[in-house]
Amino acid sequence: MSPSIIERIVGPRVGPEETARHSLRYGTPGFLLLTARVLLLVSLFLPYWHMELQAPQYPDGLHMTAHLNSLSGDVAEIDGLNHYIGMRSLYEAAELERDIGVFLMILFVVLLEFAAYIHSRWAVLLVLPVVFFPVVFLVDLHLWMRHFGLNLDPHAPLSNAVKPFVPTALGKGGIGQFVTIATPGVGLMLATAASLVLIIALFFHRRAYLPLVKAQRASAA
Amino acid sequence: MTHRPHRPSRLIPTLATLVACGLSFSAQAQSMRDVETVAKDRGLTPADLVAAAKTYVPSGQHDEYLMFASGGHAGQVFVVGLPSMRLLRSIAVFTPESWQGWGFGVGNEILEEGFPSGKSNLWGDTHHPALSETAGDYDGQFLFINDKINARVAVIDLRDWETKQIIKNPLTLSDHGGTFVTPNTEYVIEGGQYAVPWGSDYAPISEYKEKYKGSVTLWKFDRKRGRIDPDQSFAIELPPYWQDLSDAGKLASDGYFFMNSLNTELATGGIQDKKPPFEAGASRNATDFLHIIDWKKAEQVYKAGKVEQIKGFPVITLQTALDEGLLHVTPEPRSPHGVDVAPKGDFIVVSGKLDPHVTIYSMDKIKKAIADKDFSGNDEFGVPILDFDSVVEARIEVGLGPLHTQFGPDGYAYTSLYLDSAVARWTMGGSYGSMSPEPDWTLVHKTPVHYNVGHIAAAEGDTVSPDGKYLVSLNKWAVDRFIQTGPLLPQNLQLVDISEDGTTMPVLYDMAMGVGEPHYAQIVKADKLNSWATYPEVGWDPHVQNINPMAPKKGMERVQRNSDGTVDIYMTAIRSHFNPEHIYLKQGDKVRWHITNTERALDATHGFAVPVYNITASLEPGESVTIEFEADTAGTFPFYCSEFCSALHLEMMGYLMVEPK
Repeated sequence: MSPSIIERIVGPRVGPEETARHSLRYGTPGFLLLTARVLLLVSLFLPYWHMELQAPQYPDGLHMTAHLNSLSGDVAEIDGLNHYIGMRSLYEAAELERDIGVFLMILFVVLLEFAAYIHSRWAVLLVLPVVFFPVVFLVDLHLWMRHFGLNLDPHAPLSNAVKPFVPTALGKGGIGQFVTIATPGVGLMLATAASLVLIIALFFHRRAYLPLVKAQRASAA
Repeated sequence: MTHRPHRPSRLIPTLATLVACGLSFSAQAQSMRDVETVAKDRGLTPADLVAAAKTYVPSGQHDEYLMFASGGHAGQVFVVGLPSMRLLRSIAVFTPESWQGWGFGVGNEILEEGFPSGKSNLWGDTHHPALSETAGDYDGQFLFINDKINARVAVIDLRDWETKQIIKNPLTLSDHGGTFVTPNTEYVIEGGQYAVPWGSDYAPISEYKEKYKGSVTLWKFDRKRGRIDPDQSFAIELPPYWQDLSDAGKLASDGYFFMNSLNTELATGGIQDKKPPFEAGASRNATDFLHIIDWKKAEQVYKAGKVEQIKGFPVITLQTALDEGLLHVTPEPRSPHGVDVAPKGDFIVVSGKLDPHVTIYSMDKIKKAIADKDFSGNDEFGVPILDFDSVVEARIEVGLGPLHTQFGPDGYAYTSLYLDSAVARWTMGGSYGSMSPEPDWTLVHKTPVHYNVGHIAAAEGDTVSPDGKYLVSLNKWAVDRFIQTGPLLPQNLQLVDISEDGTTMPVLYDMAMGVGEPHYAQIVKADKLNSWATYPEVGWDPHVQNINPMAPKKGMERVQRNSDGTVDIYMTAIRSHFNPEHIYLKQGDKVRWHITNTERALDATHGFAVPVYNITASLEPGESVTIEFEADTAGTFPFYCSEFCSALHLEMMGYLMVEPK
């Protein structure tokens, strides 16, 4: 009897004796998936991105920090300065992303929870969105910066002096007397680490379950 | 002789510091040779270089101490950093000051609180600042300052360095003997000086003895509210002796305070009638009276209701004070200035300007004499006189014109010598005796100062724990110390290094004070203050030190014409615009102009200045103020930000247009 679609998606099950006998083989993917979940959950409480602005009259610099769901630091002061070049308030950027950030992360954790139970190639489908998350975060950040930098209010006080520009999402940039330094936060690093862990997890997942899937297929045939 | 230590062993490390500083700020390597070259070119001695190295505070570094100095008849307080001797701030108190926007629309109601007899008085004569204390030590929270000319006391909050209250004494009209605080700032002591009839009512001077009154007022301080509470304050009637400087007891003398007096002769002058002028009449006797007042007992007497309401103010009459044993006097050298309580409260040091000694009284002996009723008699008002010899611990000849004493941590005391133009260092005895190498109660050294020193201030030198290190000589005359500045010369504030023992006590720095005449000053360790960098939140009302819920907010700016005909303007200020920028009024409108500086950045202060209407305000980040006026003059008035706030500062303006009737 060939397996049902559900059975095919869930993949072959491994009995307790077999698991105990090859604890490393079957335990590793689950452990790595758990590690990724922990990393992502911890990252929720840590900053994802920093921007520092340096200028002579701010000896301590201006600092802005983005968590997944919030902006903090000298945002009001940076907004105040940005009004001279006609940039919109930073609070208006990525509002949707900040609203859903936490839920998205919980969804990711749930996906990885499921992925740990699925012993077929379908697990890849659950894991990949999480793997790409840091890249998506940075691309989204870049697009917002680009959108804000290129759409300056033409009636702003300094609109004749400052042409539209694309602020740098990572690394060093400059505008007026300010040097801007954008750096990834620990949260983003943890999310990136989670991505790497997930790629490794997929490798061990494949090593553990692909032979079983093949054997199942062979027996079905 | 100017004392200058020529000690190369000390010079070398100091010069090394100079060189090291030079290295860190300059890419070009500098060496001792460069220091020598500069010194040679400018004619500087090694002592000069040491003094420079001890006082120079490089850019970006901060002073260790803050000196709060009165401003004399400038009516302000001046704040100086030590050891740099840089003037950091003035704090407007009794005199309107346009940079701080004090008295030109903001602060007017506080100035008006202090108007004597309801008459506009827009200056003051500040003399003796007093930092608030906890357990006899500065706590860095509040500063009190007196106004001698109109007998007023002001309260400054040291979170935002602004005057919060000015209180007029209802009984007297001059108060040289203020301000001094009790060890936990329970009371602020304000001694009346030139005797006047109660409330300064009219009486011919021929009725001096009967009608003219001396007094001391104890203002209750409500620390939580940051205000003097007149409803819990009281005064004590004293003989019309021109009570002068005072100091509160502490530790061994806690519960007492001490006051000098000038005119126990009851001189009434009259030079125009060929009678002895005050200067002669009031210094005829060899001694005046040191007043010893038990304020804790006086407080009980006041609370028991044994007071008379005079000019609406509770006064313990002289008779009650005598009946209750609150007041004793003892002879003191004539024409005294300072009465200064030693750090442990066990000795009281008095100097009379016409006696070359400092006279040191023992608190133990005073208490014993009071208990034993060891009186040498009563004065003509019936006040018991403690026998001089029974209460004096020591007398030290220090020099001519001794004026005022401060204390070090090491058993030394310092007394200014007005006539000698010097600061004397002398040793204390008793439990302080072992702290200094020299014998007890002896003159150790005199450092010349330039010139005519009044008060001196040592670092925390009037507290229970003096710091030593620095002493500032507040000199009345500068004569030749600075380049000529026209016939009006600045005061000379000289920084003296008192960190070493014995005869080493050099002058390090001359600071020209060209904006007022400081009398007394107090020097506090800078880290004791918890000043705000900006107001805690946007919409802050400094008068109540809280958020004003009605303060204009971003997005809520408007001009609101009320049904009663008044107009409320709700305006915000942020770099580089006011909002709104167009204000239309009708001639005769009564206006309340509310402005909030919505900035949060350090130093992002905006000014608000309106021509013709005599309005200028300083809005520090977060501050919200209300300016009330009547738009009585029609016309077009460009108002603007008077503080250079940003690159587009000149564009930070608006138009007030008042339509004629």
